[in-house]
Amino acid sequence: MENILTLNNLTKRFGPITAVKDLSFTIKKGNVYGILGPNGSGKSTTLGIVLNVVNKTSGDFTWFDGNTSTHDALKKVGAIIERPNFYPYMTAAQNLKLVCQIKGVAPDKIEEKLEVVGLLDRKDSKFRTFSLGMKQRLAIASALLNDPEILILDEPTNGLDPQGIHQIRQIIKKIAAQGTTILLASHLLDEVEKVCSHVVIIRKGIKLYSGPVDEMNASYGFFELKSNQNSALKEWLSKQARFKSFKEEEDKLIAFLAEELDEESLNKQLFNDGIILTHLVKRKESLEEQFLQLTNNLN
Amino acid sequence: MLRLLNIEFIKLWNNRSSKFLIFCYFGLLISIALFASIKFNIGPIKFHLADMGIFSFPYIWHFNTFVAALFKLFLAIVIVSMVANEYSNKTLKQNLIDGLSKKEFLASKFLTVVVFSVISTLFVFVVSLILGLIFSDYNEIPIIFSDLEYLIAYLVKLIGFFSFCLFIGILIKRSAFALGFLFIWFLVVEIFPYLYVMSKYSKDLADKIFAFFPFGSMWNLIDEPGSRLNAVQSLANQVGEDISYDYAVHWYEIVIVLVWTVIFVRLSYWLLKKRDL
Repeated sequence: MENILTLNNLTKRFGPITAVKDLSFTIKKGNVYGILGPNGSGKSTTLGIVLNVVNKTSGDFTWFDGNTSTHDALKKVGAIIERPNFYPYMTAAQNLKLVCQIKGVAPDKIEEKLEVVGLLDRKDSKFRTFSLGMKQRLAIASALLNDPEILILDEPTNGLDPQGIHQIRQIIKKIAAQGTTILLASHLLDEVEKVCSHVVIIRKGIKLYSGPVDEMNASYGFFELKSNQNSALKEWLSKQARFKSFKEEEDKLIAFLAEELDEESLNKQLFNDGIILTHLVKRKESLEEQFLQLTNNLN
Repeated sequence: MLRLLNIEFIKLWNNRSSKFLIFCYFGLLISIALFASIKFNIGPIKFHLADMGIFSFPYIWHFNTFVAALFKLFLAIVIVSMVANEYSNKTLKQNLIDGLSKKEFLASKFLTVVVFSVISTLFVFVVSLILGLIFSDYNEIPIIFSDLEYLIAYLVKLIGFFSFCLFIGILIKRSAFALGFLFIWFLVVEIFPYLYVMSKYSKDLADKIFAFFPFGSMWNLIDEPGSRLNAVQSLANQVGEDISYDYAVHWYEIVIVLVWTVIFVRLSYWLLKKRDL
């Protein structure tokens, strides 16, 4: 598969503080990536470096297998950073026209992209009259002007109201469905979970994990079980090697799997051993639980 | 190159205050013609500026470039704010993300400065030519087109000054502070030390030293033309003062300003490259 972006031991120091430390990962075409990390973990700095606005201290990065210079590569990239920056005295359409000039693309897609983000009726309004949500949507329209190979979004829903968040997510989903590679930086886990197939997790500038979302923890999931014969069930579970551990939570038993096991065979075996279940659910850890596990392991 | 100029043009042309100041500037250049209408009639003394020879070829080239150069402050505001605003609106960051390189960014600004300077020079040329053809006592072609080096000096002076503005705008990042800095530089680095050296040692030494400073070297390009007027000369002769003076544009004066221009552009690029946004 084609590499879009490769980072090699990228490091950035701001004086005594190391914001990004020896970060390496690869973005391949067609996937939707999430960069996850708490606030101040170096997500925006990393994106700043690859977007040519922050100088790296050491290491290197290459766009499109290193066949183009960074600023030429950026013409094929659509990026939305935390706060949308446009010329406040220019209208939406004028601002987009300027972006077309910079990217070297024809201005005939301006109306089409404004339509995508629902701003067509405001195209002749000055940027300074826009609300934050509209500014963010204009930023998306601007990032789409060149039909980019990769869309980079840095906290795109920060500071938006629920409606704005929903609108932005819809737009992202629509773009992802068209097969565009997406790199989404966020500290909002459900946001990443909803759209991403791969994640890179960083904390204090250090990479904790990168790879597909569902391989993040070598985990087979867990069962939520309830039975009127609670003590018998506990005894049965403690004898089973297929379960790593179990714990009691309120009136449920949570049993963690050590190997693959489906609901049907578990139910059957318990029934054969004389234990009747009143509740049986198989679950995978949510991204949030996995994330917390990963970040806590290092504490 | 056209793309870079076009980018800057969109930014400037859609900004109402920039547009207003640019119009003002070129309006002021035309208003040099108003000197022609300055007339005083105080009893028997008739004072008509146009009749005193200020619009005579080739003197008009000297006089008009000198006066026009004073108006460059209007364009300085535009140039300082066109860079400083990129920082305060954070649009510089957006431009870079959109795929403009730092070199291209600076090139688009510098090219705009050069274009402004060239247009201004052409403007002064045309206005002077028309005024001269109306008022000049000598209308022979070789006389009309002599002393045109003042226009070259004017062009270099503008490019040098605007490059200085460009650099200060990038350095300070806020238009108002940048303009204030230019003024303070003018006073604290050039005027006060000049006066100090002049009073302590000699005017000659002060002139020599400050010919190498940014404002000093730009000022030297076009010497003050007032004392060259026949009327003023004869007045001085009557008082017994010899104010004959070297008015010519010297190649080394042009070189000094061009060297400053290169320094300012290089420093701007260095700053742009070094800074994180």
